[in-house]
Amino acid sequence: MADDRFLLSVLVNNEAGVLTRVSGLFARRSFNIDSLSVGETDDPHISRINIAANGDDNFKDQVVLQLSKLHDVKVVELMDLSKTVTRELMLIKVMADLESRNQIFQAVEVFRAKVIDLAADSLSVEITGEPSKLNAFIEYLRPFGIAELCRTGVTAIGRGNYILSQIKNREED
Amino acid sequence: MKLTGAQILVETLIEQGVDTVFGYPGGSVLHIYDELYKSCGRIRHIITCHEQGAAHAADGYARATGKTGVVIATSGPGATNLVTGIATAYLDSTPMVAFTGNVARALIGKDSFQEVDICGITMPITKHNYIVKDIGRLADIIREAFEIANSGRPGPVLIDIPKDIQAAETDFEHKPPAEKAPGRKPSDKSIANAVELIARSKKPFIYAGGGVVNSGASKELVEFAEALGAPVGTSMMGLTAMEYDHPLFLGMTGMHGRYAASKVMSLSDLIIAVGTRFSDRATGNKTEFSRDRKILHIDIDPAEIGKNIPAYVSLVGDVKEILGRLLAEKIKPSSKAWRNEVAELKNAPDNHLGMAEGKLTPEAFIKAVKARMPYEGIVATDVGQHQLWTAQYYHFRRPRSLITSGGLGTMGFGMGSAIGACIGSGDVKTVLFTSDGSFHMNMNEMATAASYRLPLVIAVLNNNALGMVRQWQTIFYECRYSNTTLNRKTDFVAAAKAFGIEGLLCDSLEKMPEVLDAAFACEGPVLVEVKIDSDEKVLPMIPPGGTIHDIILKG
Repeated sequence: MADDRFLLSVLVNNEAGVLTRVSGLFARRSFNIDSLSVGETDDPHISRINIAANGDDNFKDQVVLQLSKLHDVKVVELMDLSKTVTRELMLIKVMADLESRNQIFQAVEVFRAKVIDLAADSLSVEITGEPSKLNAFIEYLRPFGIAELCRTGVTAIGRGNYILSQIKNREED
Repeated sequence: MKLTGAQILVETLIEQGVDTVFGYPGGSVLHIYDELYKSCGRIRHIITCHEQGAAHAADGYARATGKTGVVIATSGPGATNLVTGIATAYLDSTPMVAFTGNVARALIGKDSFQEVDICGITMPITKHNYIVKDIGRLADIIREAFEIANSGRPGPVLIDIPKDIQAAETDFEHKPPAEKAPGRKPSDKSIANAVELIARSKKPFIYAGGGVVNSGASKELVEFAEALGAPVGTSMMGLTAMEYDHPLFLGMTGMHGRYAASKVMSLSDLIIAVGTRFSDRATGNKTEFSRDRKILHIDIDPAEIGKNIPAYVSLVGDVKEILGRLLAEKIKPSSKAWRNEVAELKNAPDNHLGMAEGKLTPEAFIKAVKARMPYEGIVATDVGQHQLWTAQYYHFRRPRSLITSGGLGTMGFGMGSAIGACIGSGDVKTVLFTSDGSFHMNMNEMATAASYRLPLVIAVLNNNALGMVRQWQTIFYECRYSNTTLNRKTDFVAAAKAFGIEGLLCDSLEKMPEVLDAAFACEGPVLVEVKIDSDEKVLPMIPPGGTIHDIILKG
């Protein structure tokens, strides 16, 4: 399945209901979303949605073509994962008594995470990275007892001079 | 010039060339209806009995004329009653703009009286929809809605206008209607690829869909088929794309298609699919459909390429224009051997399944109606057995002369759509083939037909059953007729009279000519109840997911 993973970056009009249109399209066409992140861009009229999903080539094409038909969608790009920087932010609260605390601090250092809150029997950590790194961090912490966890979903940007807003959707076949 | 939102709505509709709208008034559209009243007939408003009927009427109007259908409904239940009509238009790619009133902006989100989120509800069944929250945007939103409804693959757009926006004032200036944005065009290279694919084919088959009708490409389709000497089959939506009597026309393919059309398609080595989306009802088994043959897919919607059936070569753009470009290329006619094989299959006995002679059958009745219809006449149907019988036996002559719900298969579509089509075509003779099942759903619209004195013949093929479902129960459920043998007590002739329209009974083959002559002599609406056998079936039938090898020819 891992080979079927893909990442879409979508520029949309920053208007009420656009996220519903995009996510609704996925639901209606039985497209599964692994993660979705959205936020305003430097142009306040435009938002960028990054969608991580999985499926074969035919499925990918359909997702792109169907998204392109939405009136509020300006650009849909299937990101080339070898030329894209992907990041995800996670906040995680893990149970930590005096005994286990040091081990967790060690992991925080190795994973280049950051402790952001400390309580008598738990601590909260912030970590940024590729989703696989976050997954590894979760697995390491699981035995200590994870109390709470939240992830933002993948966000991505192309390397080098690749600028999404300058891509025109293919007019020719 | 300062105008209110309701005035802007009327002015912008006129700007878009709209002269007829369908609808139903209510609390949240009072401002709009007040302006329609004051506009002194600049826009003709047709009131139906139910918003669903109005939506189907706008749809039928658009299908018959090629213009954009417009429907207006109030908030809440008025808006939700449009939903089936909008979905029907969406599935069959009909250009439509639906206006709904909504409660005032300050009341939105409070579960106010007759408030629903109609934009949320119709998101998956419209090309786009709007809720207008700024009066300054209203005129441009309406203009944009018409453009979206008509550009590329047509479809419905909904505009929800809160009541206070209808009353608010702003500056307004007329703008000429926007020119159609240029759509996608295939590259010369793709055209060359297609031409080469066609040249290499020994057994080409043309499969035409509703896109040919929508694009107005019937003439090009016929010329292309003649140049290539290729047989043509159609989906139900494409049925009027080619005259039935044309020697190359084989009829409808698919689940209830004509034997020759399905058989020739299965023998072909190339399917040239024009303006079609390969519905499951048309393809049957998808793997077998494209096995041993290549597909050249021509459609205006890029998302249809490869969605249901993989294409070997695809051409995305307006079908009329693309066929024109292909015609400009050198196209060699297909081999004589293939044409002979096709001609032989076209005459095969399995094409002439015809129903029993000497009794009143759907076939006999539909053919007798056809014999009385003018060339300009329009046929509408509801959904079920009568719809397929009409598709099989009516033998259409002209594009846009069949108004039927293909994609959504909406029972209850008939009355509204027949009314809209009839009005849109300037009151030409219109026949609705319906049935006791479908007609019971929206027979209220007889009142509309009566009010406007429409030249509408409503043929209710009464088999006392939900025939199509019953047929499936016969074939696939060992004759367990769960809730399909209705034997309702409705007296359709008396019901027609109660609604103020003529009612006639046709219960035998002997009476049929006289009854039909009388029906066609009526200037206004008339209902003919036609008594038919409950066990009459739609044949042939290829079971869902099946192939030509599974075809059922006998009941």
